[in-house]
Amino acid sequence: MALAFDEFGRPFIILKEQEQMTRLRGLDAQKANISAGKAVARILRTSLGPKGMDKMLQSPDGDVTITNDGATILEQMDVDNQIAKLMVELSRSQDYEIGDGTTGVVVMAGALLEQAEKLLERGIHPIRIAEGYEMASRIAFEHLENVAHKYEFDATNIEPLVQTCMTTLSSKIVNRCKRSLAEIAVKAVLAVADLERKDVNLDLIKVEGKVGGKLEDTELIYGIVVDKDMSHPQMPKQIEDAKIAILTCPFEPPKPKTKHKVDIDTVEKFQTLRQQEQKYFDDMVQQCKDVGATLVICQWGFDDEANHLLMHRNLPAVRWVGGVELELIAIATGGRIVPRFQELTPEKLGKAGLVREKAFGTTKDRMIYIEHCANSKAVTIFIRGGNKMILEETKRSLHDALCVARNLIRNNSIVYGGGSAEISCSIAVEAAADKYPGVEQYAIRAFADALDAIPMALAENSGLQPIETLSAVKAQQIKENNHYCGIDCNDIGTNDMREQDVFETLIGKQQQIMLATQVVKMILKIDDVISSSDY
Amino acid sequence: MAVDKLFKDEATEEKGERARMASFIGAMAIADLVKTTLGPKGMDKILQSTGRGHSVTVTNDGATILKSLHIDNPAAKVLVDISKVQDDEVGDGTTSVVVLAGELLREAEKLVNSKIHPMTIISGYRMAAEAARNALLEKVVDNKQDAEKFNADLIKIAMTTLSSKILSQDKEHFAKLAVDAVMRLKGSTNLESIQIIKKPGGSLKDSFLDEGFILDKKIGVGQPKRIENAKILVANTAMDTDKVKIYGARVRVDSMAKVAEIEGAEKEKMREKVQKIINHGINCFVNRQLIYNFPEELFADSGVLAIEHADFDGIERLALVTGGEIASTFDNPESVKLGHCKLIEEIMIGEDKLIHFSGVQMGQACTIVLRGASPHMLDEAERSLHDALCVLSQTVNDSRVLLGGGWPEMVMAKAVDELARRTPGKRSHAIEAFSRALAAIPTTIADNAGLDSAELIAQLRAEHQKEESSAGIDVISGLVGNMAELGISESFKVKQAVLLSATEAAEMILRVDEIITCAPRQREDRM
Repeated sequence: MALAFDEFGRPFIILKEQEQMTRLRGLDAQKANISAGKAVARILRTSLGPKGMDKMLQSPDGDVTITNDGATILEQMDVDNQIAKLMVELSRSQDYEIGDGTTGVVVMAGALLEQAEKLLERGIHPIRIAEGYEMASRIAFEHLENVAHKYEFDATNIEPLVQTCMTTLSSKIVNRCKRSLAEIAVKAVLAVADLERKDVNLDLIKVEGKVGGKLEDTELIYGIVVDKDMSHPQMPKQIEDAKIAILTCPFEPPKPKTKHKVDIDTVEKFQTLRQQEQKYFDDMVQQCKDVGATLVICQWGFDDEANHLLMHRNLPAVRWVGGVELELIAIATGGRIVPRFQELTPEKLGKAGLVREKAFGTTKDRMIYIEHCANSKAVTIFIRGGNKMILEETKRSLHDALCVARNLIRNNSIVYGGGSAEISCSIAVEAAADKYPGVEQYAIRAFADALDAIPMALAENSGLQPIETLSAVKAQQIKENNHYCGIDCNDIGTNDMREQDVFETLIGKQQQIMLATQVVKMILKIDDVISSSDY
Repeated sequence: MAVDKLFKDEATEEKGERARMASFIGAMAIADLVKTTLGPKGMDKILQSTGRGHSVTVTNDGATILKSLHIDNPAAKVLVDISKVQDDEVGDGTTSVVVLAGELLREAEKLVNSKIHPMTIISGYRMAAEAARNALLEKVVDNKQDAEKFNADLIKIAMTTLSSKILSQDKEHFAKLAVDAVMRLKGSTNLESIQIIKKPGGSLKDSFLDEGFILDKKIGVGQPKRIENAKILVANTAMDTDKVKIYGARVRVDSMAKVAEIEGAEKEKMREKVQKIINHGINCFVNRQLIYNFPEELFADSGVLAIEHADFDGIERLALVTGGEIASTFDNPESVKLGHCKLIEEIMIGEDKLIHFSGVQMGQACTIVLRGASPHMLDEAERSLHDALCVLSQTVNDSRVLLGGGWPEMVMAKAVDELARRTPGKRSHAIEAFSRALAAIPTTIADNAGLDSAELIAQLRAEHQKEESSAGIDVISGLVGNMAELGISESFKVKQAVLLSATEAAEMILRVDEIITCAPRQREDRM
């Protein structure tokens, strides 16, 4: 197989230990790759849409995840096949870039591969297919821009944003209270958004969860919630108009980085050292007190003595606060992170209207709420849920909703959901196909067919007759020359997605088509798979 | 062409019907496992650990049973998780929540088999859960204003909770105990300040609540055994060798004489520290850390009672009880708040000596001393009491109360049934199924008590058709009885948590149509 002959007819080996390798070439390789890609898409297909089902994943350590989110499913699936890994990457990049539509992109790629397989059987060269797909995707991309709808909103009129987030949330387990969650997501994004620059830093939104309670108790807090408690049990549990010193140095004797030794050889030295030590603690606390701090938040631990001194001087403190949280607190309260006690000044203190400790349930769980901050550019979404899995899934769903809201702020164009955008693109691509001479025409038509796969899957998951429904909707779109007819997944009784308020972001849809096409092109170009058979 | 291998070796994938069946079966198996422990006549389970010693636990508590199981089925893990959350959040109803979720899934399985889509079932269940919750909200009784009635409610709730546990023999006694303890917390849900001390010996009846505080420690040798009008300093400080904390410090000497000098200085330092502590004008010193012999001797000399190595919780509770602050530095004696109590004495419980603080200032913490025949019994008694305390502390905050004995389930079932009749479409089947699942709880209670459940439930249903019925199952007489007269009450918060978590969990499992199990991580065999 991997044997070549030089000019004298002597064989020489290209692949080392070729007996142990498996190798697929040519059409076989392409078909094997395609079927692997399709297999991955098939897993996700049933998760699409508001009536999509969830997947239960058991990790190598036995932890259970139940989710509907394409990126999470693929990430945890532990796939072994190389092509399947490409699909995982595909979904992940959609997640990083857009945050939503991770399932759709994989289903789309699967459909494209399926169509490509048929064309290959007809003897069309893979590169020609790939080029045809490329052209078609450009047509669809531009078509989407044409049918997109600008959506006007501002800080007061958030309804359009909420509607779009609700479309995203409706496919998740949390759709019971999608309205309130969508509102939370939109408010959170607006609170941290820079509407001038049209940019949103999602890092400023902290998502914290605690099991217990019910989903409806989920709330948005204009401030920070830290999963810590006061360092001393007898410190005050509530501080109003707090001035916060944010420290990254421990309340402990200094530990110089260079190696050193302090030798004690006389009684005097022993005593001076002792006094030094006491003075040290005293100074630290005094410095905090002097600048007027009423709360100390520290990244490190406290010595028992320092702890008591803090308590004694009536200076509440929180210890072991993580670095990321510390940064968020600094942003929210407008304070500076201070690395040394000597550098504490009154200007560097953060300000918050209210800091309080709150207890949960019957266990010893306590959390610290920092609210009414000077600078409310950091918010926390605090999720409650019946069990750990619901909580995790809610976090993922909210992440999707947050991303959607962010995308809308960046680019306020929307397309209609429920498969209507795909159907409309399919019609446009189909119509454009005839203008292309050459073999690519077939590939472009195949692309149009593949676009139908998403509305088809939606209809199938919703328990409708897929082909019948799709053709009816398609006919309606052509007849009425509109682009907002989609699949009526929730059985409301209308195909008009404007009435159903089902929207998706334009960039999300465009990105889906582009990414799916790119991956399919890449898979089609592979004609040789070499893998060592045992590892 | 089929793909031979998409996943890693040993990873398995189950799809559609098979996946659903696997999760239904797993969840129902778990529910059936704990089912027999439900209700006043529920049976206990023996759990033997696989660890060293094969220690044995006898329990009736759903959360404890499930926590100790090694489960492989992912759906079953969801149920274990909700039971754990129920335990953390409200403390009781850990069995009910699993049984209800199991019943919901059992009903759902039937519906799926008759070709109803899981999503339709879910939306039906959601509507039903909402209706059931509203039905309960209508019927709640809130006696927060009337302190006497509220107290009676609390006792009833405690008795209902305890009646299914090992303590049922002396439930009046323990109910009173638990209510007293919780009322002392004054609305806080921090159960840490109720200390439970277990001492084998005696009988359950000998258990008592102590107004003061009992510390499971001994008094140092040669120190007074009894102090009246004690002034207590609660501290967390090193009383062994008070080492220099400055990094890198070490002692380097060149002669024996120097060693002696430094040793002397160290001793002097300790003496000074002890003197400072004594200067607070105290006659009792409680430290979290060890106290070495030398300072102990110093304390004894000046007639101060020194107690060493009281653990962290003990210190915190003691601080709560006596109103003192936990100190670690002793330079300003005038500003440190000292704790006070009328009397400290050594008492004997069984064969052990304990230190008893009585006549304390702030009564926020208290101690319950449990007595019983064997450690297993005591462990179970502690768990039962813990359940009761949790429920009570939650009820103090959310004082809405319902009747018990299967009454709330029947009320909910009735409301859900009515909803089913009004709802058009396939969802009504799911709503009906929800009502059947609710009725399964009183059925299980009756079954566990060896009663004719079919007959009883039918009677109960008929009773509930009347307005303002308060009928429930009276397990003792084996008949339908008036729960209001029998004084069987439950907390609304617990019931609501059971309803919502069970529905949420059932919904979650129903939504699954594929299970992917990754290859288990390779571990070294430690057997």
